[in-house]
Amino acid sequence: MGRCRNKNQYRLFQFTESLTLNHSNNMKSICFYFQVHQPMRLKSYRFFDIGEDHDYFDDHNNAQIMHKVAQKNYLPMNALLLDLIREYGSAFKVSFSISGTALDQFETYAPEVLESFQRLAETGQVEFLAETYAHSLSALKSKEEFTNQVIQQATKIESLFHQKPSTFRNTELIYSDEIGAMVADMGYEVMLTEGAKHVMGWRSPNYMYTNAINPRLKLLLKNFQLSDDIAFRFSQQSWKEWPLTTEKFVGWLNQIDPREEVVNLFMDYETFGEHQWAETGIFDFMKALPARVFSHSDFNFATPKELSQQLQAVSPIHVPYPISWADEERDLTAWLGNELQDEAFDKLYALEPKVRKCDDPQIHHDWLYLQTSDHFYYMCTKFFSDGDVHKYFNPYGTPYEAFINYMNVLSDFIIRVDRNTTFGKDVTDEIRETASKLLGKTREITKRKVKEASKAVKESVGKSKGLSINDIKNLSNTAIKKLLREVDIHNLSVALKDAENEITEKVLPNLGKKARKTYDELQNEVKEVSKADIKKYQKEVEKALDKLFKSKK
Amino acid sequence: MKVLMFGWEFPPHITGGLGTACYGITKGLVKQGTEVIFVVPKAYGDEDQNAATIRSAGDIPFDFKDEEYKEYWNKIKYMEVGSNIIPYVSPEEYSRSMEKNIKTGAEFKSNVFSKYYKFSGKYSINLMEEVARYALIASALALKEDYDVIHAHDWLTYPAGIAAKESSGKKLVVHMHATEFDRTGGNVNQQVYDIERQGMEAADIVITVSNLTRNIIIDKYGIDPNKIVTIHNAVDQNRRKEALRIQKKYNEKLVTFLGRITFQKGPEYFIEAAYKVLQKDANVRFAMAGSGDMLIKMIKHVARLKIADKFHFTGFLKGEDVDHIFAMSDVFVMPSVSEPFGIVPLEAMRSNVPVIISKQSGVAEILHHAMKVDFWDIDAMADSIYGLCHYEGLSKMFRKYGKQEVENMKWEDAAIKINTVYSNLLNR
Repeated sequence: MGRCRNKNQYRLFQFTESLTLNHSNNMKSICFYFQVHQPMRLKSYRFFDIGEDHDYFDDHNNAQIMHKVAQKNYLPMNALLLDLIREYGSAFKVSFSISGTALDQFETYAPEVLESFQRLAETGQVEFLAETYAHSLSALKSKEEFTNQVIQQATKIESLFHQKPSTFRNTELIYSDEIGAMVADMGYEVMLTEGAKHVMGWRSPNYMYTNAINPRLKLLLKNFQLSDDIAFRFSQQSWKEWPLTTEKFVGWLNQIDPREEVVNLFMDYETFGEHQWAETGIFDFMKALPARVFSHSDFNFATPKELSQQLQAVSPIHVPYPISWADEERDLTAWLGNELQDEAFDKLYALEPKVRKCDDPQIHHDWLYLQTSDHFYYMCTKFFSDGDVHKYFNPYGTPYEAFINYMNVLSDFIIRVDRNTTFGKDVTDEIRETASKLLGKTREITKRKVKEASKAVKESVGKSKGLSINDIKNLSNTAIKKLLREVDIHNLSVALKDAENEITEKVLPNLGKKARKTYDELQNEVKEVSKADIKKYQKEVEKALDKLFKSKK
Repeated sequence: MKVLMFGWEFPPHITGGLGTACYGITKGLVKQGTEVIFVVPKAYGDEDQNAATIRSAGDIPFDFKDEEYKEYWNKIKYMEVGSNIIPYVSPEEYSRSMEKNIKTGAEFKSNVFSKYYKFSGKYSINLMEEVARYALIASALALKEDYDVIHAHDWLTYPAGIAAKESSGKKLVVHMHATEFDRTGGNVNQQVYDIERQGMEAADIVITVSNLTRNIIIDKYGIDPNKIVTIHNAVDQNRRKEALRIQKKYNEKLVTFLGRITFQKGPEYFIEAAYKVLQKDANVRFAMAGSGDMLIKMIKHVARLKIADKFHFTGFLKGEDVDHIFAMSDVFVMPSVSEPFGIVPLEAMRSNVPVIISKQSGVAEILHHAMKVDFWDIDAMADSIYGLCHYEGLSKMFRKYGKQEVENMKWEDAAIKINTVYSNLLNR
């Protein structure tokens, strides 16, 4: 694309160019995708509320945060995007995924934000993606729950924005081959994920790829370098490229290999005004970016849906273990993996079959909100590397507080689910439960009794059988001399190490001079001998005792 | 580098955390190649009474069977000062440390410390007289010994530090392990306060064991912030090679408080939190170990709340009994109202016991793997206790990381910082 000095020239260009769009070798796309999400934060919920208070969410705090973010981010940025779309018409486009929990909060606390998104939808230049309603980690645990939530979310998007999503984006770009296959089963054509280094290797994220199990699902991968230049580094004064200008950014775009096809700029929508404050110039940057792109590069803007129709996938990509866009590791460790997160996560999803049996709509509602990934994010203990980002989003002082609070709430939720399901529970279920409890108890008692009995048997056997080292006390001096002839003085010295004085007093006078000397010498060394060895030698002495005296006794 | 150090007690004759800290610091310094002359007063023939005056029931008694301890003894120069009430010192003990210097000392006695003799407050006259006497001898020692820096621990030794500085002209470092405000909760003994302030004013550098203490010293004593350095305490790494395995004789979880039962340690907040927990969950027991001036009041309080069947007082514990109660505990709570540092939770963590500590403690500044609550927030405290007793992920987490964290708090590291303070002072 040539250099267009003004808008009209550009529009003319665009008209002619559109005729040859897919034939042009140089035509490359920028795909802007923004994640919009707000969790339903929990209120401070103490253990004495368990069983008493079933209202878990912090309305006040949630409303306050929503108002703040609306003022700093959603409203001004939506207005900016609307202006850009009005200015450049179909040349500029973006895509959003908005979580169900965020949409619910728009409806309750900030309807004006919802309206501003609807105005963007009306332009036809904005694509809305599907995701899980609760911005949850359900894809990692249950296909059924995952599918349910995606359906709920897609239905909501359709009713609010009048478009049926055909692109899927999982929570925090979490993706694996299996998750992709599930998404393909739901009928989605394209899915977004992270172009994680450890998955890509030498390959470039700037092409379309496909799922490794089901090649019908196409994949768009985040260009994390260029995305994070905007999302994370924009205001970092220690960054050598600071301050970032559109000239610089478009310059980098132009350095990309001309054969590559798409640059996916995926980021949190809260980047604009919330993570990067207005004072950093982030709005001015975004406002100026399209013009610079049009005038100084061969790039256009496209939505994921358009790209899935325009581009040919180059190859499947193998992702056996889940990846995400979070932290340096690009894995799941921000949400799962430490003891706190795992316990909370497992306890939560253990409820799934029971919740399905519940008929109380409030339970289903809370079930969704409790699955939101943020609750697990707050329990993250990776203080030292990505701690700063984590702290920023965390309403709790420590992961421990976050965990206790969540578990208190979950404890109450479990009680409610159990109460609701006991009515629907089969009698056989109940009998089975009671039986297994009884069985467990019986096993326990049996185990203990057997242990006691075997101990008693051992003791009585010990009494009747054989002579012990203590029997030396009762031997005559002649008998002891006999014994001494039988056993090696070295062995005896070790065996007598921990023996009672009475025994040693009995033995020592019967030792010959030489033997006595050996004994005394050995006593010093014997200090180092282990208990097991002493036992061994005691046994030998006892064997000799048995051999000599047992029949007589 | 050679340091003349003044302490009040030293292993094996140790009654409190100060002795433990002094031991850790000197041991660390010796490892750095710094020579230490450690001066300690010792009461002859009247040990019990002397100990009672400064006993701190909550702190961990020292295990002097420690191998390293013996080795260490060969490396430092240790001096005892015959110190008892002045009229009763036997002539030979008295002359042992003083002899020719008695005259010099006497001057200091009358000039600097005479006013303390009139004191008859909370502390026995004996203690104040000992402080003065100790200072007297210090000045004598200061002339006799060869060293580069003077280092004095807590107010009891400050007069000694000042005296030594005045007679030798060497630089003085004073170490604040606790302030009078921590000990009394604001009901300050004026004379102790004065000694503390004079000591810090005379010092070239003040070392505090936490930023919490640092702030108190700036706010309440008006000490120049530029000469205060925070060096956090550490924990002795060589004790208790294998963890004790003791079976509880009951199924309930055990939640423990261990410390002096005094205002400073916040025992009543622990009882209130226990009450809250027991209202919801009868499957927990509580133990309060230690003694102190609030013990009777606390026993009455427990009785009034009708939780005495689940709340137990053990009295003062030491040595193996402390290990024993840690081995049995599921949670340790330190609800201190004001704690300059707080070494006991670190001991608990080393025994794999999860801890809840008050935000008003110095140790909260450096610990990650601990629950932190405001001492007055009994709801949060009760909630943390409940959480630690019920949600296994938490105690697992603490067991995994807590011990590791504590094992990284080494006296050697503290000693390196102290050494830097010394050399900076000398290079000024």
